Amino acid sequence: MTNEIKTGRRSFIKRTWKWLGIAALAELTIFTFGMLRQGKKNDDKLNANLMDAGGVEDFPINSVTADRVNRYFLIRLEDGGFLALSIICSHLGCSVLWNKEKEQFLCPCHSSAFDKFGDVMNSPAPRALDYFPVIIESGKVLVDLSKKIQRRGFDKKQISYAI
Amino acid sequence: MNVNSDLGKHTRPIYNLILHLHPKKVKASTLRFKLSFGLGGMSALLVVVQIFTGLLLKFHYVPNPEGAYNSILAINENLLFGKLAHNIHYWSAILLLWITFLHMLRVFFTGAYRKPRQATWTFGVLLLILVVLSNFTGYLLPWDQLSYWAVTVSTSILDYVPLIGSTAREALLGGQDVAGGTLSNFFNLHTGIIPLLLLALMVHHFWQIRKAGGLIVSEEEKDSPLVDTQPNLVARELVVSLVLIAFILLLGVLFDAPLRERANPFFSPNPAKAPWYFMGLQELLIHFHPFFAVVVIPIILFAGIFYLPYFKLKDGVQGIWFISQKGRETGKISAIAGFIFTIIFILLSEALPDPESILPGNFSIITTGLIPFIFVVVSIYFFMKIIQRKFSINRSEYIQSLFIILIASYSVLSLVGISFRGEGMSLIWPWLL
Repeated sequence: MTNEIKTGRRSFIKRTWKWLGIAALAELTIFTFGMLRQGKKNDDKLNANLMDAGGVEDFPINSVTADRVNRYFLIRLEDGGFLALSIICSHLGCSVLWNKEKEQFLCPCHSSAFDKFGDVMNSPAPRALDYFPVIIESGKVLVDLSKKIQRRGFDKKQISYAI
Repeated sequence: MNVNSDLGKHTRPIYNLILHLHPKKVKASTLRFKLSFGLGGMSALLVVVQIFTGLLLKFHYVPNPEGAYNSILAINENLLFGKLAHNIHYWSAILLLWITFLHMLRVFFTGAYRKPRQATWTFGVLLLILVVLSNFTGYLLPWDQLSYWAVTVSTSILDYVPLIGSTAREALLGGQDVAGGTLSNFFNLHTGIIPLLLLALMVHHFWQIRKAGGLIVSEEEKDSPLVDTQPNLVARELVVSLVLIAFILLLGVLFDAPLRERANPFFSPNPAKAPWYFMGLQELLIHFHPFFAVVVIPIILFAGIFYLPYFKLKDGVQGIWFISQKGRETGKISAIAGFIFTIIFILLSEALPDPESILPGNFSIITTGLIPFIFVVVSIYFFMKIIQRKFSINRSEYIQSLFIILIASYSVLSLVGISFRGEGMSLIWPWLL
């Protein structure tokens, strides 16, 4: 009889150890993933990473300018509006290139194509190119590199105009 | 008692070490080379080779984007035997992946995953996954155009996993893109975490095999006489090891590890391909909606692989290649069918018009996902039905045939992805590549 009580207590303790072990493993996993993510996520509002791309007049109407270091294209549309598109293809992350003749962004990896608004012209890309908000302040074009925004397709709201 | 009597004073410690891995006596029938082909032992030896060459390379490698590529050049050009160590590390990494994969096939086809060896199978699969991860994290380290874009493409595949995909990708890359954070993450995983896990699981794997009574043997050979491990097994292992080491040295001397231009995030090469062992997955992405290619199909496959030892089987056939004569015949037919069916599927998917242009909008998960998936599942189901009726196979032979079809399909997908895809991932003959 005393044996039964003993095994009851023992199995309880064993079970406790097992669950504690599982909990410890889960904590360790979360801890590890937390460490793998480098740095703290920036508060978007506090730390806008505004990139000074140049004066409004530096960009001729209907032009595409590449910033190779920060990996975006700055597009000046026919109506004078600005649009900043990410260089990274939405399919598998290759860098797209601007083709002047076709007026398209072409991905060399898997032949996705995008028009100058970043909309998909040719699959396999599943969605339009990501864009960065553009802010125009006292004649300067500022690209907010801290906010890379995903979208299904182009919308007029994504264009910024100099007043 | 006097097992050691015929050994000299100096060889005794080595023998004692071997006895930590092997029992004193083994069944004579397990010594047959064609039973196991020594693949498990070869894998273990290759891990040792990788640790040895890896530790040497680590003295000179610089794990940041500014220095990585130049340090590889310096290892290759300025260092005595540096290039050889680099080449050996490269070739034995590829061999390790091949041999552990073949080892898994051997275990499957000799039924060595069955009771009481279920957990040995599970740990073996985990070890194979670690070997793949080890290969993959090492792939980035040279920081050339090949490695940079291969890692970019294959980690972008993660983005297609709903809910957790992009978070997992960002954690792995240490940021949005492949950059300095990625290199430091991968370097640490490659030289620290993965090798440690690998060694720990290996020790466990060996212990499990020994606990199950050594290598698998068939019912008939179960009572074969016991022979001394030294010299019967040890001598055989020594021969296999020396041949393997000689082969790696030869590869390392004759063929250099590839190194392209330094990584340039602005220019993607055309085409950009994942490492060769992920090319089957990238090829699958061409034919299926990402949700099916990256989530549904891999989950089903991995569930099957991990559940494999727990299927209820009436026959307990172990230690016989391909179960039975019937198993061999149906296996051959299944392999051929898997090859042909996959090739037809790829050509069909290439020839048919893009469903997006017929049914635009949000239906692509159905047109390029569900419909082809059901088509594949139904074709396999009916093929298996015919095989079952014609050969009246039992459950284990059924599972074997299914497994062979899947292996054949992945082989074709990989082969097409690696050798038959040119610019813009369009189909092309390999000699035009």
